[in-house]
Amino acid sequence: MYVLEVENIRKKFYDPVEFEVLKGISFGVKKGEFLTLVGKSGCGKSTLLYVLSTMDTDFSGKLMIDGEDVSKLSIDRLAQIRNAKIGFIFQFHYLLGEFTCLRNVMIPALRLGLKSEEEIESLAMQKLEILGLADQALKPASKLSGGQQQRVAIARALINDPLIIMGDEPTGNLDTRNTQIVFDILKDLAHEYQQTIIAVTHDLDFARASDRTIELTDGAIL
Amino acid sequence: MKKHPVNREIASTYFKSGRKQTMVAIFGVMLGMAVYMFMNSMNKGFARSANDSFFKAVPHLRVYSDTQISEPIAPDSDAKSLIINPGITPTSSRINNPEQLIELFKKQADVAVVVPQVGMSVFYNNGQSQMAGRTVGFKPAQGNEMFQIKSFMVQGAYDDLDRVPNAIIIGAGIADKMSVETGDRITVTSPKGVQRLMTIVGIFKTNNSYEDKSKSYMNIRTAQQLQREGDSYVTDINVNFTDFDLAMERSADFTALSGYKAEDWQEANATFVAGSRMRTIVITFVSLTLLVVSCFGIYTILNMTVSQKINDIAILKAIGFEGKDVIRIFVYQALTIGIIGIVLGILAALVLVNLLQKVYIGADIGYFPIRFEPWVFLRGSMIGLAITFLAGYIPARKAAKVDPVAIFRK
Ligand SMILES: Nc1ncnc2c1ncn2[C@@H]1O[C@H](COP(=O)(O)OP(=O)(O)O)[C@@H](O)[C@H]1O
Ligand SMILES: [Mg+2]
Repeated sequence: MYVLEVENIRKKFYDPVEFEVLKGISFGVKKGEFLTLVGKSGCGKSTLLYVLSTMDTDFSGKLMIDGEDVSKLSIDRLAQIRNAKIGFIFQFHYLLGEFTCLRNVMIPALRLGLKSEEEIESLAMQKLEILGLADQALKPASKLSGGQQQRVAIARALINDPLIIMGDEPTGNLDTRNTQIVFDILKDLAHEYQQTIIAVTHDLDFARASDRTIELTDGAIL
Repeated sequence: MKKHPVNREIASTYFKSGRKQTMVAIFGVMLGMAVYMFMNSMNKGFARSANDSFFKAVPHLRVYSDTQISEPIAPDSDAKSLIINPGITPTSSRINNPEQLIELFKKQADVAVVVPQVGMSVFYNNGQSQMAGRTVGFKPAQGNEMFQIKSFMVQGAYDDLDRVPNAIIIGAGIADKMSVETGDRITVTSPKGVQRLMTIVGIFKTNNSYEDKSKSYMNIRTAQQLQREGDSYVTDINVNFTDFDLAMERSADFTALSGYKAEDWQEANATFVAGSRMRTIVITFVSLTLLVVSCFGIYTILNMTVSQKINDIAILKAIGFEGKDVIRIFVYQALTIGIIGIVLGILAALVLVNLLQKVYIGADIGYFPIRFEPWVFLRGSMIGLAITFLAGYIPARKAAKVDPVAIFRK
């Protein structure tokens, strides 16, 4: 039983010229698996991850999440699935700059609305503590360093106990020290908490630490 | 468990972060709102003041015996040509069975006052000077109830119409021309040739100089005697409704009910009606335009916020906010600005209205005819809210369509 499974995913871009960026991709991710996607720049890793994350709906093929075929669902329904089941970490630390770190972490859970604000707040504090940011909780997100912001983004990705965490080069924009920190956190999550992770990377050390690595070449799995 | 209003929280954070432009937008709405409410209140006030003096001479509905074109004696049943001779039939101007009609009218819905009267053209004489005019006879108490004559009396006592035999109240223009005042006597000559020496018990002055130069009031009994008629003689039955706007729709009913011509005040005074309608149209148009333009500030500021926050919108969508959540966030923000602007606008308009109320104009208008008009304020607020909503909704819809992938790829 896979938590995420794709069958024959194809996608084309038409602008500036027509070309097939994903050429029939099929694989499955088991629960608790730590999967990395590698490949040369421009081979379609980000494009594939956006498809997996349900944000990109313009593709052909089948995408199954948690046993449900989501390829034909409405974008509103997909938003709900992302909210409840997927945590996303971007290459650039995308936070809401005018909100505190704590609020940034809380927002996906407030949106989900399954817990009270107080519960969510203490849960968010807990996540920030795990990531060593408890002392930064009440600062506006824009006042933090890049490495700190990326850790806040990880805390945010974790807040709803997602089925899968996806990251698009989550360390790609960080210095060596912060890369190491984020690295260790993701490895910990995968190995100690059995968190399912799909991460795009071009870092071979990072790929080596994962359970399985898929290599893409020109939109196809090698 | 109550769900936390996260959309509203985000909206209020954005609201607070763009402080300076927000203030400008609020100020714009306030100004537009205040001007709208003020102008329309003023128009209402003017209309009320004009109507008040207007209805001192004119009833809402007047039922009288109209001269008629003669009808064919037999109907043209078999499409045979009948020789007819249309012409004005010389009917008398009296109303038959006035008592019965009055009782009937009083029973109709929305009827406030019913006043029978005897009206006629007369000549006023004092020594050498003579003037033509019109006199109206009614029961003094009823006449005052309908036309508020006491409120524009400048000399004498209205109630003397009942107490003094052969009493008359004349317009200030007549009094001037004939150089008479309260207590003096004038001769009144009726169309039937009856002459009577009458005692002036009062003088009135309206803001209509034509009325003042021709009109007089007397007791209905005296008027009947001037026409050599008995006490069932009535030429018009005046009807006032609880609201003068009802007259037009009810006039047909009253015509059918009585068999006489029932003429509403609009029909009788088309120019007056057209004038006030034109003023209302112009003021409504100008003030609405101002209101719409003033709400453009909200549109501008929201458009700007949406472009500035395009990354935030992409993040929110990535973490599971739906299109309608995004719309709500920006519509909340617009409504917050709009509601603050509207409330401040109401306050500013109230202050203006209060100040003007204390300005003395003079003549029979007295103080500036403006007051707090709940309906104008309510309507203004509703229109303001609707425009605000649109000014927020249009940029918000654009925000809802943002494709997060396109943003993250940049
Ligand atoms: N919106 C787009 N329109 C056209 N071509 C695109 C678009 N986005 C990406 N591409 C192209 O698709 C290919 C794969 O891009 P991407 O998935 O970002 O690669 P990777 O993440 O592996 O570096 C690249 O050649 C890129 O130029
Ligand atoms: Mg990429």
